[in-house]
Amino acid sequence: MTTTNSVLNMEIMQSIIARYPRKRSAIMPLLHYVQSVSGFVTNEGIELIATLLEIETAEVSAVSTFYTQYKRSATGEYHIGVCTNTLCAIMGGDVILASLKEHLGIENDGVTADGKVSLEHIECNAACDYAPVVMANWEFYDNQTVESAKALVDGARAGNPPAPTRGPNRLVTFKEASAVLAGLDDGLAEEGIQAGIPTLLGLKLAKEGK
Amino acid sequence: MTTFANSATEVTPVEMITVVIDGFEVTVPKGTLIIRAAEKLGIQIPRFCDHPLLDPVGACRQCLVDVEINGRAFPKPQASCTIPVEPNMIVKTQLTSAVADKAQKGVMELLLGNHPLDCPVCDKGGECPLQNQAMSNGNAQSQLTGYKRTFEKPINISSQVLLDRERCVLCARCTRFSNQIASDSFITLNHRGALQQVGIYENDPFNSYFSGNTIQICPVGALTGASYRFRARPFDLVSTPSACEHCASGCDMRTDVRRGKTLRRLAGDDAAVNEEWNCDKGRWAFKYVTSTDRLTQPLVRNSEGVLVQASWPEALAAAAAGLKGKRAAVLTGGRITTEDAYGYSKFARIALKTNDIDFRARVSGEEEGNFLAAKIAGKFDVHYSDIDSADHVLLVAFEPEEESPIVFLRLNKNFKKRNLKVTSVATKGSIAMDKLKANFIKVAPGAEAAAVATVALTAKSVILLGERASESIGLISAAIALAEKTGAKLAWIPRRAGERGALESGAFPTLLPGGRPVADSAARVDVAAAWGIDSLPSEPGRTTHQIIEALSQNELDAVVVGGVDARDLLRSNKVLDVLKNSFVVSLEIATSSITEVADVVLPVAAITEKSGSFLNWEGRARAFDAAVDDSHNRSDVRILSALADAMGESISLGTVSATAREIAQLGKWDGTRVAFTTVNEGNALTPSGDQAILTSWRRLLDMGTLQRGEDNLAGTRRQTVAVISQKRASAIGVVSGDQVRISNANGSITLPSLVEDIHDDAVWIPRNSFGSQALIALDAVHGELVTVVKA
Amino acid sequence: MSKLTPVLSAHWDQKDSFTIDAYKRNGGYAAAVKALAMDPDALIQLVKDSGLRGRGGAGFPTGMKWGFIPQGDNKEHYLVVNADESEPGTCKDMPLLMANPHVLVEGVIIAAYAIRAKHAFIYIRGEVTHVVRRLNKAIADAYKAGYLGKNVFGTGHDIDLVLHIGAGAYICGEETALLDSLEGFRGQPRLRPPFPAIAGLYARPTVVNNVESIAAVPAIVANGAEWYQSMGTEKSKGATLYSLSGHVNNPGQFEAPLGITLREILELAGGIRNGHQLKFWTPGGSSTPLFTAEHLDVPLDYEGVAAAGSMLGTKALQIFDETTCVVRAVLRWTEFYKHESCGKCTPCREGTWWLVQILRDLEEGKGSEADLAKLLDLCDNIMGRSFCALGDGATSPITSSIKYFRDEYIAHVTGAGCPFDAAKSTLFAEAK
Repeated sequence: MTTTNSVLNMEIMQSIIARYPRKRSAIMPLLHYVQSVSGFVTNEGIELIATLLEIETAEVSAVSTFYTQYKRSATGEYHIGVCTNTLCAIMGGDVILASLKEHLGIENDGVTADGKVSLEHIECNAACDYAPVVMANWEFYDNQTVESAKALVDGARAGNPPAPTRGPNRLVTFKEASAVLAGLDDGLAEEGIQAGIPTLLGLKLAKEGK
Repeated sequence: MTTFANSATEVTPVEMITVVIDGFEVTVPKGTLIIRAAEKLGIQIPRFCDHPLLDPVGACRQCLVDVEINGRAFPKPQASCTIPVEPNMIVKTQLTSAVADKAQKGVMELLLGNHPLDCPVCDKGGECPLQNQAMSNGNAQSQLTGYKRTFEKPINISSQVLLDRERCVLCARCTRFSNQIASDSFITLNHRGALQQVGIYENDPFNSYFSGNTIQICPVGALTGASYRFRARPFDLVSTPSACEHCASGCDMRTDVRRGKTLRRLAGDDAAVNEEWNCDKGRWAFKYVTSTDRLTQPLVRNSEGVLVQASWPEALAAAAAGLKGKRAAVLTGGRITTEDAYGYSKFARIALKTNDIDFRARVSGEEEGNFLAAKIAGKFDVHYSDIDSADHVLLVAFEPEEESPIVFLRLNKNFKKRNLKVTSVATKGSIAMDKLKANFIKVAPGAEAAAVATVALTAKSVILLGERASESIGLISAAIALAEKTGAKLAWIPRRAGERGALESGAFPTLLPGGRPVADSAARVDVAAAWGIDSLPSEPGRTTHQIIEALSQNELDAVVVGGVDARDLLRSNKVLDVLKNSFVVSLEIATSSITEVADVVLPVAAITEKSGSFLNWEGRARAFDAAVDDSHNRSDVRILSALADAMGESISLGTVSATAREIAQLGKWDGTRVAFTTVNEGNALTPSGDQAILTSWRRLLDMGTLQRGEDNLAGTRRQTVAVISQKRASAIGVVSGDQVRISNANGSITLPSLVEDIHDDAVWIPRNSFGSQALIALDAVHGELVTVVKA
Repeated sequence: MSKLTPVLSAHWDQKDSFTIDAYKRNGGYAAAVKALAMDPDALIQLVKDSGLRGRGGAGFPTGMKWGFIPQGDNKEHYLVVNADESEPGTCKDMPLLMANPHVLVEGVIIAAYAIRAKHAFIYIRGEVTHVVRRLNKAIADAYKAGYLGKNVFGTGHDIDLVLHIGAGAYICGEETALLDSLEGFRGQPRLRPPFPAIAGLYARPTVVNNVESIAAVPAIVANGAEWYQSMGTEKSKGATLYSLSGHVNNPGQFEAPLGITLREILELAGGIRNGHQLKFWTPGGSSTPLFTAEHLDVPLDYEGVAAAGSMLGTKALQIFDETTCVVRAVLRWTEFYKHESCGKCTPCREGTWWLVQILRDLEEGKGSEADLAKLLDLCDNIMGRSFCALGDGATSPITSSIKYFRDEYIAHVTGAGCPFDAAKSTLFAEAK
């Protein structure tokens, strides 16, 4: 192991544990937290979590391999997920994924050599009325095309990715997003729109009396 | 062989339920699962994840049956391993339901779909539940013709256990055992879906003391043991029921032999004792039997003082000559069978005309001797089932996982199932105490007695007293007083398998067989009559330590020594010097420090080569037959009988079975017992500066003689460390992992430190581990001052 | 009058709809105050009377679920909200929480009070960073306002709410898998009984409800059971969110009384995309058997959809037009179930492994007609044989598609490959 526990903040980890009536429940946010520090689930993260929760390392490792969002090797600074569940795939997700693979020169679950972008085909992300959908660090990029998806990854590699369609005013990094998923506040909750056009369609029609 | 144990199980009325399975009625206790009710009718429903000692999980779906209750049928087949019977339930298994049959065959096809066709090279082939049930409940042909899931072929998850993930059917028996039974969650199910697989965390191997059980309950060949892999086909093995010789838990075992060689040992099934489990030492430590230093021929020291091979008549004659008419004693060691112990006992009294006989080849004291004679011998009133019904179990000088692992499993079962309260009076915390969430009464070594007196127990409580209680003056007295005050039951749990049987057989200075006091003339008459002799020696005998002392003072001339390791005794170097200057007849299986100084060495049979029995800590007989029948060795009792003959005396114990009959006929003493004299607690030492009070016990896996030759097992042992408290660590400026040196006038031991829950005055080291042999290096084990410094 | 009845979605068009100020401006948290003044049992009765049924897919009566919690048992009770929205096609809870997280917080306060729970959890899927932000902020603001925590609304009651964020596992939408996951284990379903109402989270009595079910509660408390009952059909009361996606001109969320038909929703949404016809659709996500154009007039309530051979599920209406290859669609869904199978039971874990291979061969023209029989036999060995409903769901697209489109499968065999041009199905096909 090359990294050290010094970057994992014990105070934050203890505060995460304190959220729950029983501390083992904190294992998932703690794993997100480890990813927010290291970009993936490190061995030292697993060992520290096991110590803090008083369980075996195997039990932590078992949980970390069950959930697809936990990565056991480094992700890109911008982790791109292309929805290829049926509806998105048919509406364009398959084409988008194929073109991104070619464009980035990486396979599914690959990371670009510069460490900026990783690519993963993902399952339904609960935004079907915005299909085809691409997620970047688990922020919504709605109604994507091959061109818009390429622009997203190009921007990511250049350090200026476009803002999410429904999300904050800038795309946070994978580590920053992981901190949010660990339940930590990044102060961006009030940025971005409250809803996109499809979300509001029924309400609009109702107001029009239709 | 007489069973000493009373079968005093309390009978509580159980509600019975009658159900119909495949048209047959069966009545079973409420709570019985369908799959087991069917077994009672002889209906075998196929299964993989189901195991009677593990919580139902319903994962493999192999046991699907149609169920109807009160005329209402479940819309789909149900897992019979998860549903208890109910009144008015009608079950249709694969025998009477086409739906159930199709469902089972469908599941079987899916299980086989990704299973490799490597049965011809698989160790499980021939005794494989998947193979067997595929034949009984599967389709002859599969429609699954695509590509199979592949994994790297077997990976070591410990030095002893290998995992072949391709063969695994993911029944989770192994992971559930480790979690539910052993509380060692070192193996888990990892990943998910079709890639789900059993695994460890990469830096922490499956070093559980109970890991072998997972191999035994694996229903396929996914888990294999390094020691048995590729050694045999099950149908070439000859199996013999046996008993474990490694400790006093008393596990039922099975020994599998091919062409005269023991290839594996498995846990037997005895619900009253080990259920279906055993520990890894019992399972794998049997190579000592075939080790290279095994003795096969008698040896006699010649006129040049060199041990040379001799014929049996020559050796017996030499031994008889050295013993006859001499002041001789007997040290049996604690590993002997009850029958052999009886042989030594009778030999001492008749051939040597002495009560100088003691089985205790360990640190022991007079308080213990009095206790064993007064309170333990002839009493068989505490059992595993008392742990099942106890309201509170108190552990005194007893670390169950290390010193009697099946007792630990029983405690753990009761903790897990009904939150049994466990208290431990000890100098140091332990993994087992953590698992049991035991109330830890932390004491300085030597201060145990006062702490025991304060524990609140009831008449439903059980005190488990370890053999190390003898190392703390007054501790046994305190435990007895507590038991008498509260009505709690008191059990004594020695570490070695033969100690209880030896005690009952009179291999003890103050007791004759059956718990008869030597000092009681009626008891002596009793035994003399049974043995057909005029009288027995009336002078109480010497203890092990007294025998050594007497030899050194020339108050004794000779000694007959059984399976004794000098390293287990205090002042072991002196012991060997003393023996060198005495006439020693050694009965041993392999060369040892004792055989090297002996005058006559008589090779004896190892446990798998002979029949006999042990009494476990409960006093329950654990009988076994010879598993290897072409041994040219023989049980100690037979050799002792021949030796007595050579001396012109007769103990008439030509065979083990004859000995067992004689023990049974003699029966146990029902007269007055030896009285117990309370011993006041000793003065606790007060360490100053770098001083600490030494405390130690043996690890399950250590340098024990019977673990020789099994490196795969040794690879799973716990780390050798010196345990100190945080306060002491700070005082001497070390953190966990730093080397510390423990020393006294006799020597020193240097080990990595571990800062843990231990009394501030104490330092703990393993008693007989690699790099830490307390008796040899320090000539001390408990309660003595040592110096602890940063190394 | 509109066929739509925006209640949950009524204020989503306000730019700050997700803030506590906006929520209160629109009358938010008044229902909580009203509820906390009521007897908890009366609240449970109110929800029973409203006819509200679980909106997570199974449609179990919500009030009855609450009523199962043993009272006076001196045990902790827990409320757990299932926000692990992952069923393919389902996209109602995430936009709801992004636009108005406070309605869920208020629903949690009321529901927790009703079942005498001092501790509530929202288990949200992890792949929605911004929704997590909004919900966490809403909870924090509710704490600040004194609506959560000790002595909520000054009533003396304590209610804590913890947001638990998942990490990518569809199976955690299954309530017992969700509980295992929340306890810190791998999210695999538990054996039942015991049911969560008796031994749920930490083996304590627990109610697990979908986001939309709990979010519906404040309006029911505010407006009464009769008002809620006035919407919907005889056994399927109230209004709900229908999520329309796919080959339609205007996809989106439509909040309407239960019983509306797809024909009616499509009319509102401007129909199938121009120049194309409806081929097949899901009424409630991919785990519900496919429908075709012949089902346009099926009332989309629990009974109507069931009578027509499918399930209302999550009301996720995924629409596919004639450019879509049904074999490709079904293969992709099957790959999804394989990816998401938890691995616990044999039929689902192993079955999806083989189903994918057979479907892939068929899609690539390497299959045979016998493969159809093989698929159906495997489905028969998975459906009703698996540990939980995930395995059942995996068979739905296969068996229903073979039922309606057998000829199309055969065409893949006889024509040596897929007869469809995938490019024509894409959103950007026409733009090219």
